[in-house]
Amino acid sequence: MTVIKTTNLTKRFGRLTALDQVNLEVKQGEVYGFIGPNGAGKTTAIRVLLGILKATGGQATVFGKDAWKHAVEIHRRIAFVPGEVNLWSNLTGGEVIDLFVKLRGAGNKNRREELVKKFDLDTAKKCGTYSKGNRQKVALVAAFASDADLYILDEPSAGLDPLMEQVFQECVLEARKEGKSVFLSSHILSEVEKLCDRISIIRQGRIIESGSLDELRHLTRIRVRVETRKPVTFLKDTKGVYDIGEKGQTISFQVDTEVLGDVMKRLSEAEIVKLESQPPTLEDLFMRHYRGVGGGQ
Amino acid sequence: MFQQLNHNMGSYARFILRRDRFRLPVWVISLVLLTVVTAMSYTLLAPTEQDRAMMAATVANPAVTAMFGPGWGLDNYHFGAIMGHQMLLFTALLVAVMSILLTVRHTRGDEESGRIEMIRSLPVGRLTILSSTALVMFGANLVLALLTAFGLFVLGLEGIDWHGSLLYGASLGATGFLFAAVTGLFAQLSDNSRGTMGYSFAFLGLAYLVRGIGDVGNETLSWFSPLGWIVRTQVYVNNYWGPFLLITGAAIAFFALALYLNSLRDLGAGFIPAKPGRKTASPLLLSPLGLAFRLQRGTIIGWAVAMFLLGASYGSVLGDLDSYLESMEIIRDVLIVAEGFSLTEQFIPMLMAVMAMSAAIPVLLMILKVRAEESRNRMEHLLARAVSRTSILGSYMLLSVLAGFVMMLAAILGMWSAGAATMEAPLALSTISNAGMTYLPALWVMSGIGALMVGLLPRAVSFTWFYLGYSFFVVYLGALLQLPVWMARLSPFGHVPKLPVEEANFAVYTILAFIALVLTVIGFGSYNRRDIAG
Repeated sequence: MTVIKTTNLTKRFGRLTALDQVNLEVKQGEVYGFIGPNGAGKTTAIRVLLGILKATGGQATVFGKDAWKHAVEIHRRIAFVPGEVNLWSNLTGGEVIDLFVKLRGAGNKNRREELVKKFDLDTAKKCGTYSKGNRQKVALVAAFASDADLYILDEPSAGLDPLMEQVFQECVLEARKEGKSVFLSSHILSEVEKLCDRISIIRQGRIIESGSLDELRHLTRIRVRVETRKPVTFLKDTKGVYDIGEKGQTISFQVDTEVLGDVMKRLSEAEIVKLESQPPTLEDLFMRHYRGVGGGQ
Repeated sequence: MFQQLNHNMGSYARFILRRDRFRLPVWVISLVLLTVVTAMSYTLLAPTEQDRAMMAATVANPAVTAMFGPGWGLDNYHFGAIMGHQMLLFTALLVAVMSILLTVRHTRGDEESGRIEMIRSLPVGRLTILSSTALVMFGANLVLALLTAFGLFVLGLEGIDWHGSLLYGASLGATGFLFAAVTGLFAQLSDNSRGTMGYSFAFLGLAYLVRGIGDVGNETLSWFSPLGWIVRTQVYVNNYWGPFLLITGAAIAFFALALYLNSLRDLGAGFIPAKPGRKTASPLLLSPLGLAFRLQRGTIIGWAVAMFLLGASYGSVLGDLDSYLESMEIIRDVLIVAEGFSLTEQFIPMLMAVMAMSAAIPVLLMILKVRAEESRNRMEHLLARAVSRTSILGSYMLLSVLAGFVMMLAAILGMWSAGAATMEAPLALSTISNAGMTYLPALWVMSGIGALMVGLLPRAVSFTWFYLGYSFFVVYLGALLQLPVWMARLSPFGHVPKLPVEEANFAVYTILAFIALVLTVIGFGSYNRRDIAG
C-alpha cells in the first residue's frame, strides 16, 4: 500500500523553482530516506506534503488523499518533526509535548513518560532556556508519543549528541517494526544508510537518484588512500574501482564494498605503509553526478 | 584585587555603548522631549494664573494623589509646581522602565544567551560585565538628568528656575540609576532573564502601589517606597535634596550588594533557584484557542490594567471639569456644542475616542499575532497536526474581539470609579458605559482589517498600524485642525455616534458590523488558500 505519492510535483516561489517534477512513492512499513544538501528542496517538499504550502503543479497524496485539500484529516495519522524547532519561550517542554500530542489526536501517556526518560529531557523547564538539541528532543518526544501511522521527520537528529542520536534511531526502527512508515529527510548519509529501506536524492529541486539501498550500491563506495612500498598498477583494470589519483607513492581511489576484500588483498602484496579509508560523503555523490561518472545521468 | 575583578571595564562599557548606540539615545532623547513638550503644553492648557488655580482645584483630590503623588504648592500652582506634581512621578516610572530593560539586556539577558561566556573567556574580570553596565547606566541617567534640567530651564516658564530644574532632572536620573541597581541585584538572584525582568517590574509596581496607598492614607508608608521619596523632593516648591541623596545612596548600596553577590556565584547560576514549571499541560492549554490565549495572557492583563489607569486618570479630573473647561478656549473648539448637556458630558466622547483608539492597539496585537507566529516558524507545529487554518485564525479573531470588549470595560470602570470618588454628582455608570461601548463596532472593524491583512497581505500587516495612527490623527485632532469631514469618515472611529451627546444609531452599528464581517470573511478565505511561511 502506498502511503505517500507525488506525481510531477512542482512548487514555484515567484521565479524560483523549488521543486521540479518530483516523483516519490513511499510504501507502508518502510523507512524512506530523502537526502540532499541544504536548500535542495527537502523542507519545501515536506511542507507541500503537510498542506502548509500549495503545489504549483502536479499532485501530492498522503494515504491516498490530496495533501492540500484533506490536510486536517491526513494529519490525524501523521507525526511531524520540523528541521528547525522554534518553540514558545514561556511554555515548558512538558506543556508543549502535551499540546502537540493533543492537537494531533490521541497519545500514549506511558509512552510519553518512557520517551522523556529515554531522551533525558527536563520537561519542567521553559522552552526559552532549552538548547537546540533539547528543543529537538521536545519535538521528537511529541512525535513518537503519538500513535501515528506515518512519521515525517525533517533532519530530526540535527543538534542531538551521539547518545541521543542512538535513541532516535531506536525509535525509528521500533516504529518500522510496528509496521509504521517513516519519511526521513536528512543530509547525514550514515544515518540514512543505517535506517532506510529506500532512498531518493534531491538536488536543486529535482530527484536525481531513487531506489533501494541495493540499487544504489554505489552510494556505499569507500574512498581509500594508500601508501605502498612497491608500485601498484592493477587498480586501473579492476572492476569496481573508480576515481583513481596518484601523488608520488600515495594512491587514492573509490571502491565498491563488494570488491574491497580482493582489492585489499592485492594491495597488501605491495606492502602497505599507510592506509586511510573514509565512507563516501554526500558531496562525493553529487560531484560524481556532475561528472556523469558511475551511473545517474 | 579590585582591578583584577573589573579588568577591561572601560573597554566593555564602550562595547555596551556601541551595541546601544541607537537604543540608548532614542530612550534618553524621547524622555527628555516628553518632559519639555509637556511643560510647554501646559502654557497652552493653562496660560493664566487663574487657569492654573482652577487646575489646582481640579487635581486636589485623592484619586490624583494616588496616581501622581501629593500636590505641593497648590496655593501657588505655577508651572514648576504643576510639573513636579503631574509629571515627575510619571516620568520617573518611564525612566525606571528604561533602566530595567537595558540592565536586564546587558546582564542576565546576555548571560542566558551564552554571550557572556564568550566575553569571559577573554581577559575580562569576573565583575566587569556588571560594573560596566552600572557605569553605562550611571552615565545614561546622568545625561538624562542634565538634559532634562537644561531643557526645562531654557523654557523660562514661571516657577521653573535653575535650582528646581536641576533637582527635577537629578531626581529622575537618580531614580533611573536606582532601578538599574535593583535590576542588577535581581540579575544575581534569578537565573534567567524573564525572572529578572519579572522581579524588577514587580518591585517597580510594588513601589508605586505602596506610595499610592501611603500618599492617600499614611505618610509613613510612602517613605518605604523609592517612588515615595522622589515626590517628596517637593521640586520647584521647596526643593528638598534629602530624598535625592536617599535615592542615590540606595542605588549605590544595591549595586554594591549586586557586585558582592556576583563575585560569589558561578556563571549562569542564580541565588533563587528557578521555579520548575509544569511538567504536564493544564487541559485549558490543549487547544488552538487555549494556546493563543496563553501566549497573549500577559498582553491582555497588562493592557487591561493600563486601560483602567487611563480611564481612572481621566475620571479623576472629571470632578471640577465643568468650571475648568469653561475657561479653556482650545478645548471648547473641539467639543460638540449641544444644549442640555454639561461640559463634562460633552467632554466624554472625546475621552472615549482616545481610549477606544488606545484599546485598538491590543485588539490589533491579538489578531496580528497570527502573522508574528508564522514569521517565527511556529505555525507549522499546529498546521502539521490535525488543526484547521480556520480554527487557528478563528481563535485569534475571537481573542481580538473579546480584547476590545475587555479593554473598553476596564477603561469604563476606571473612569467611573475615579469619577465617583471625586465628583459631587457622579455620572451614572450606564452613561459612561454607553459612551464607551458605542465604539465596539469600530473595534470590530479594526479586528476585521487585521484578519484581512493576515490572510491577504501578510507582508504588509504593519499597514494596520499606519491606519490606526491615521485614525487617531483625524479623529482626535481633526476638529482642532479643522480637517475636512471626509477625512475622519475614512476611519471607523469617525462614524461612531458620540454618546451621550448624540443618540445611539443602530443603523451605523449594523453597517460597521457588516463591514467587519465582510473583511473577516475575505481574510479567512485568503488565509485558507495561501502558503504559510512556517
